[in-house]
Amino acid sequence: MKENFKLRVSQIEKSFPGVKALDKIDFAVKKGSVHVLCGENGAGKSTLMKIINGIYQPDSGQIYIDEKPVKINNPIQARTLGISMIFQEMSYVPEMTVEENLFLGNLPVKRFGNVNWKEVRRRTKELLLAENLPYSPTTPLKDLTISDIQMLEIIKAISYKSDIIIMDEPTSAITLKEVEKLFVKIRELKARGVSIIYISHKLDEVFQIADDITVLRDGTVVESHPKEELDIETVIALMVGRKLTTTFPKEHVAIGEDMLQVENLNCTNVFHNINFHVKKGEILGFAGLMGAGRTEVMRALFGLDPKTSGIVKIKGKEVTIKNVRQSIDHGMVMLSEDRRRYGIIPMRSVKENTTLSNLKSVFYAYRNHKKVEKKLVSEILNKMRIKTPTIDTPIASLSGGNQQKVVLAKWMIRNPDILILDEPTRGIDVGAKLEIYKLMTDLAKEGKVVIIVSSELPEVIGMCDRIYVMAKGTITGEINRGDFSQELIMRYATGTLTAEGVN
Amino acid sequence: MKLGSNFWSTVKKKYSIYMILVGLFIVCSLANPNFLSVNNLTNISRQLSVTTILALGATLLIISGMLDLSSGSVLALAGVFAVSTYKATGSLLLALTVGILTGIVCNVINAIMVSTFKAPPFIATLAMLTVARGVALLYTKGQNILQLGNFTELGQGSIGVIPIPIIFLIAIAILTWYLLNHTRFGRSLYAVGGNEEAAIASGINVHNVKYTAFIINGIFVGIAGVLFMSRVNAGLPNGAINYEFTALTAAIIGGTSFSGGIGTVGGTLAGAFIVGFLDNIMNLNNVDSYMQQIVRGTIIALAVIYDIRSRNRRAKATLVKAEDLGADKK
Ligand SMILES: Nc1ncnc2c1ncn2[C@@H]1O[C@H](COP(=O)(O)OP(=O)(O)OP(=O)(O)O)[C@@H](O)[C@H]1O
Ligand SMILES: [Mg+2]
Repeated sequence: MKENFKLRVSQIEKSFPGVKALDKIDFAVKKGSVHVLCGENGAGKSTLMKIINGIYQPDSGQIYIDEKPVKINNPIQARTLGISMIFQEMSYVPEMTVEENLFLGNLPVKRFGNVNWKEVRRRTKELLLAENLPYSPTTPLKDLTISDIQMLEIIKAISYKSDIIIMDEPTSAITLKEVEKLFVKIRELKARGVSIIYISHKLDEVFQIADDITVLRDGTVVESHPKEELDIETVIALMVGRKLTTTFPKEHVAIGEDMLQVENLNCTNVFHNINFHVKKGEILGFAGLMGAGRTEVMRALFGLDPKTSGIVKIKGKEVTIKNVRQSIDHGMVMLSEDRRRYGIIPMRSVKENTTLSNLKSVFYAYRNHKKVEKKLVSEILNKMRIKTPTIDTPIASLSGGNQQKVVLAKWMIRNPDILILDEPTRGIDVGAKLEIYKLMTDLAKEGKVVIIVSSELPEVIGMCDRIYVMAKGTITGEINRGDFSQELIMRYATGTLTAEGVN
Repeated sequence: MKLGSNFWSTVKKKYSIYMILVGLFIVCSLANPNFLSVNNLTNISRQLSVTTILALGATLLIISGMLDLSSGSVLALAGVFAVSTYKATGSLLLALTVGILTGIVCNVINAIMVSTFKAPPFIATLAMLTVARGVALLYTKGQNILQLGNFTELGQGSIGVIPIPIIFLIAIAILTWYLLNHTRFGRSLYAVGGNEEAAIASGINVHNVKYTAFIINGIFVGIAGVLFMSRVNAGLPNGAINYEFTALTAAIIGGTSFSGGIGTVGGTLAGAFIVGFLDNIMNLNNVDSYMQQIVRGTIIALAVIYDIRSRNRRAKATLVKAEDLGADKK
C-alpha cells in the first residue's frame, strides 16, 4: 500500500555535538490520518520534525512526499511543499501584534510589493471571529497569556492550508476546552485529506486522536503500530524501556502549622479578594480555566507583578515582597509557566542557568568555585535525570522537556520552603513527571510547602491535599482531598457553584 | 569521524579569532619591514591601549545588552578636566582621580537614563556623546591646553621596557576578566543580557547590574582619557572623536554579540589588536586616509554579518526566528 503514504522518511540520521539525536529513522504518514509520535524527553521527536520542516538538514537519509524524493532546505520551501508546523518552543516578539504574528512571513502584498495591511486586518478579524477569540488584531502579544499564544500558533499553522501539518506539543499550554476545539479542527482537516503528525506527552489525548502511533527512544524507532493494537501501558513501556506505574506517588504526610497565609490580596482589574493559606507539609493545588487569574496571583505573590493591597504572612510573620529577591530571601520561589520568556537564558550553559538562583553558593571568597559548582550542578542533574551532553552545553540546545527540568533544578538547589509551580509538568514525559511528583512529596515530607497551578486536573487531583478553584479573578471554592472530583472542580471553575465564606 | 569533525568545528569557533590575529600579524610583518621595529610596536601599543580599554568597557555593556556611544566624548571631557587639574595642582594622582570621577559621573547619568527611565541605550548615550563633547569645548573655550610638563609621564613613560599605558591595559584586562568570570556581577551581566525578564524572575537585581556596568565603564573611560591626553601631550577637547566606534568594532570582531549574553575579554583583546594592526599597516604603507575609512567600515560590516550568521545558526537550534524580524521593525 505504498501509494498511500503522503510523507515518508527513510534512514534519517542526525548528530549534534556530543549526541546522536536520530539514528536510521524510518517513518511514514498516511494521507488523511493522524500519526502520533511518542517518546521521552530528548528522544529526538522535535529534531525529526525540524528536519521534515527544513530547519535542520539530516546528515544522511531521504525524505519522500507522495513517494517522490524531496530535499527541504528551509521552512519556506517546506511550506511550498505543503508542510507547516506548530513549534514546541513558541517564539514570539512581545511587541508584535496579533495580526503581524499571524501573517509573519506570509504577508499579502499589493502590486508593487507593499504590504496589503487592509487585507491583513480583514483576514485576521475573520480568523479571530471564526475561532471566537476575545482579542483584537492589534493586541500586542505581550498582553496575551501563553495559552492564547498557543491558540494563535495553531490557527496560524492551519491557515496555510497545508497538506501536512506538524504539531509539536500543541496542547502543552491550553486547557481541556481548547483541546476539544483543536480536536474538532483536526478531525475536519483529516476529512479533507490533510495528514497530521502529532507530538504530545499527554497520552490520554494521544489515544483520543491517533490513527497510528510511533514510539521513539534514544533517537531510534522502537515500534510503529495502528492505535488499535496499542494501549497506554504498552506505549509507556515502549517509551521508557521498562514497566512504569502510572499511579500518583501520593503519600500521607503530617500536616503542621501555617507556612503561608494570604489575606485579601488585590490587584485592580486582575484579581480581587484572594484569601488562602497553606500548612507545612501540604501540597496545595490551584485549579481553574484559562484566564481565571491563577498565574497572576502567583506572580504578584512572588514579586514579579505589583499588587494593590493585601497581607502576606510567612511562618506567621507579615512580610513585604516587592520583588523577586525579597521573595527568595523568605524562602518562596516560583517556576514560571512561560519557560522561554521567564525561565531560560538561552545562550548560556546548563550550569549557569542552574546556579543563577543561588550565585552565593558558588561565588564566595572572591572567586568562582568551579569544582563546587560542577558538583552541585551534576548532582541535581543526576537526581532529576536531566539529559544533556555536558553541563557547559547552552540550554537552548536541550530538548524542551529537559530545559523545563533545568529551570526546576534552578529552584531546587535553593531548597525552598515554599515552592510555587506554574504548570510544572508542561512538556515533560511520563517518567520525568513521576520524578517531579516524587520530588514534591519529598519536599512535603520535609515540612515544606508546594503550590501547584495546573490545567491538568488529574495531576492536581492526584497530588494535592487541598484545592482552591479560581474563576474570573477570585477564589470560588475550596475542596479537601476527600471531596475531590473533576465535576466539582469544573462547577466552581465555570462559576455555576460558589462557596460562601471561603477563607 | 563524526566526533572528530565536531571537535574541529568547536576549535574553529573558539579560536578562529586568535588565528586571524596571528595570521594578520604575520602578514603585517611581511608587508612592511618597519612593522616589527621596536619603535613601531611600542607606538602601536601606546595607541592601542586607549581604544582597547574603551573596548573592554564596551564589552561589559554589550554583554548586558546595552552599549555606550558616548565613550569617545566622555574620554575627551575626562581628559581635559584631568589636564587642567594637573596644571592647577601638579598632582598626577589628583588628575587621574578627577579623570576617573568625570567618567563615573557621566556614566551614572547614562545609567539613570537607561535603567531608571528605561531610555534605549543607543539614544541615551548618543545624547551623552553630544553633551560631553559640548561641555569639553565650553570648558576649554575650544582651545587646546598645552605645556603639560610631567603629565606626559603616564602616557609616554615606561616602567622598565613596558610602556605605562600597557601596564594600565593589562591591569584593566585582568580586572575585566576577573569580573566576568569570578564574580556574581559578571554572571548576572551575562544573564541580564541573555534574557532580562528571566534574570529578573531568577532574583537578579537588574538595576544594580546595569548601574555597576556603567560605573565600571566610566572608570575605564576616565583612565583612558588621562592616558590619551598624556600621550599626545595636550588637553584636546576635540580629541578621540569616533573612538567609541573603534571600541565597538573591536568588541564585535572579538565575538561579543550585539544581542547580548555573549562576549569574552580574550575575544575583545584580539579584536582590538586586529583593528590596531590593520590601522597601523595601512599607515605604514601610506594608504590614503579616505581609503582607510572604507576598509574599517567594511570590516565592521563583515564582523556584524558574521555575528548575525553565527547567531542565526544558534537561533536555528532554538527557533528565535521572530527575534530578528522584531529587531528590524524597531
Ligand atoms: N540544536 C541542538 N544542538 C545540540 N543538541 C541538540 C539540538 N537540538 C536537539 N539536540 C539534542 O538532540 C536530542 C533530541 O532532542 P529533541 O528536541 O528532538 O527531543 P524531543 O524528543 O523533542 O524531547 P522533548 O519531549 O523534551 O521535547 C537531545 O539530546 C537534545 O539535547
Ligand atoms: Mg521536543
